[in-house]
Amino acid sequence: MKYPLTKDQQVELYYYMKLNRMLEEQMVRLFRQNKIVGGLYSSLGQEAVSVGTAYALEKRDWLAPMIRNIGALLVKGFKARDIFTQHMAKFTAPTLGKDGTSHFGDLKERYVVSPISMLGDLIPVMTGVAMAGRYLGQNIVALTWIGDGGSSTGAFHEGMNLAASQRAPLVLVIENNQWAYSTPVGRQVPVKNLADRAKAYGIPGLIVDGNDVVAVYQTTKEAVEHCRAGEGPIIIEAKTHRMGGHAQHDAADYVPKQMFEFWKKRDPIELYEKQLMAAGLLNAKSKAAMEARIEKELDEEREFAESSPLPPPELAEEGVYCEGCHAIEPAWLRPTAEVMPPNASVKPEWIVQQFGAFEELTAEEPASVMAASGDGNAPARKVSRNGKKPKPAAAARAAAKPGRGRR
Amino acid sequence: MAQVTFLEAIRAGLMEEMERDPSVVMLGEDIGVYGGAFKVTAGMLERFGWERVIDTPISETAIVGAAVGMSYLGLRPVAEMQFIDFIACCFNQLTNFVAKSHYRCGMPVPMVLRGPSGGGVHGGPFHSQNPEMYFVHTPGLKVVYPATPYDAKGLIKSAIRDNNPVLFFEHKFLYRRIKEEIPDGDYTVPLGKAIVKREGKDLTIITYAAMLHTSLDAAAELAKEGIDVEVIDLRTLLPLDRETIVQSVKKTNKLLVVHEDTRTGGIAGEIAAIVCEDAFEDLDGPILRVTSLDTPVPYSPPLEEHFLPNVQKIAHAARQLARY
Repeated sequence: MKYPLTKDQQVELYYYMKLNRMLEEQMVRLFRQNKIVGGLYSSLGQEAVSVGTAYALEKRDWLAPMIRNIGALLVKGFKARDIFTQHMAKFTAPTLGKDGTSHFGDLKERYVVSPISMLGDLIPVMTGVAMAGRYLGQNIVALTWIGDGGSSTGAFHEGMNLAASQRAPLVLVIENNQWAYSTPVGRQVPVKNLADRAKAYGIPGLIVDGNDVVAVYQTTKEAVEHCRAGEGPIIIEAKTHRMGGHAQHDAADYVPKQMFEFWKKRDPIELYEKQLMAAGLLNAKSKAAMEARIEKELDEEREFAESSPLPPPELAEEGVYCEGCHAIEPAWLRPTAEVMPPNASVKPEWIVQQFGAFEELTAEEPASVMAASGDGNAPARKVSRNGKKPKPAAAARAAAKPGRGRR
Repeated sequence: MAQVTFLEAIRAGLMEEMERDPSVVMLGEDIGVYGGAFKVTAGMLERFGWERVIDTPISETAIVGAAVGMSYLGLRPVAEMQFIDFIACCFNQLTNFVAKSHYRCGMPVPMVLRGPSGGGVHGGPFHSQNPEMYFVHTPGLKVVYPATPYDAKGLIKSAIRDNNPVLFFEHKFLYRRIKEEIPDGDYTVPLGKAIVKREGKDLTIITYAAMLHTSLDAAAELAKEGIDVEVIDLRTLLPLDRETIVQSVKKTNKLLVVHEDTRTGGIAGEIAAIVCEDAFEDLDGPILRVTSLDTPVPYSPPLEEHFLPNVQKIAHAARQLARY
């Protein structure tokens, strides 16, 4: 393993997946009891993607979940009560009942951006997070997910193109669960592997078995390091399967039965359980103990949510605008003098590599002419005159001066 | 005190905020090396560098999305639409999550989206529009539309310092045509406050942006006929300064609303409703409006001139109203 996990970490990955699934099982029961106010979306069968990716982030890193990434919220430290109260529209919910489901976040402690239902929109938002983090000297990585369906949006392209042209430290996880509501991925996109989209942005695209939590973790860790080193954004496609309908109301009759059976044998939790048992990190007894612990914890959290009040009606009128209720304070981890004149001041001119021509054409030009194409501002992704890629050190230096010489 | 154009006043406001606060950054198409399509941001890159003045791809969705992400880390991004017409390309962002972010999940978005708007320069259907009312209908946004250099500078500063998303419309007809003396250095004009630009007793004209100047010209002409017109510049459309509107109508008892935006769904309707709610008993005549036609903005000069309000149209409506 390139990024070794301690025994505790290996068990913890299992714990989060179990917590994710058992929490959702409880929510299905609540839904059937009519206690969930709106819809209920499940990540059944996809837990390894949420947990494995989020687990690869550091505390300072930012993420923006989608509807099926409750596991990532748990890894980031949110409690089951946050999920329960959100779904039950309670006053004790993180959004006080103003929004539902996993639509909440925390900008100050956990660095989680609240999901946006319009698919693809989180990509440019998280690009902005990544750019701001770099500007403030925080050396953070931003990560978000998109489904196979959402990968068809214009916002996907605009966001990834901006991220790539800015070399923003953004990890995009394409969670390919084979279904956009009722339409299979093959009817939506003309490429076999969604990771191939990365080529259009000149960035790496990795593919991972989304039902193998350790593989997801390893791949994401690699992607995070790539970003942290200043190498720009990266796409991971995690191939998995949605083991139910789009939401609870949807019986998913359109999914071939054999397809469910195929993926059932690849259940991410069962697969990992076998691995842990084979490695001696889990046995029937410790598994039962963990399940009991989770069940107890969930019962308490659910009871808290159930006994919580609904919000007072007048709350609907409040909070449209921030009237000083939130302090806007960027966390600078670099001297601000660096971004102020005179230090920040530059010569405002473009330097165009090879003048945009074929190399053969520019090779014959005198050096004095080509000097104007120069490299004074360290280009975004420099390809040297002889066409070789720059050494990693040079790339890292270029990245250390973000924003310079975007062309 | 210096004599500056509308455009120079906006630039000065932006420049001073960039000097004052390192958390202010700019992004947009061609705003850096080129200095913006109208040169509003000329000199910014030179002074503040590549990290703070960011030339983006042609991606309005990404520009607004990225500005939101930057706001979440406490920056105060100022994003430019090269022409405000392109704001429709990021309508989804603005209405669906920029405006709702604070309300639904307590995440403020202290960003400004600014750009050149309005007609009268023969820009045609894609480069002349006044799309402000789409956003006035969107709780959570603030919409500012100044008419004078003094206000433009003071309002852009307030917009940048505000903790909410502010759309800042810059009427391009005014950019280089309107000049006035403004104080050097820092001052602000509060958001959400209208201003009485001309006092009068016979009737009130409520307007904003380029139409302020047209309305003032009309008022001067009407004065020669003995009609004493009060002219109010709204300056901010959302939140609307209800108090100033109602106060003036209570004084003059007659209201004419003038806007360059098209007629149906324009702010005149909203103002009429406010006046009916709060000053119905004070009205001595119908609430009239002079607006652009309910058509796209046409290109050819005679067509566009026919489309837009002008002094004659305003004076005509005012005379009609004065007869009550």
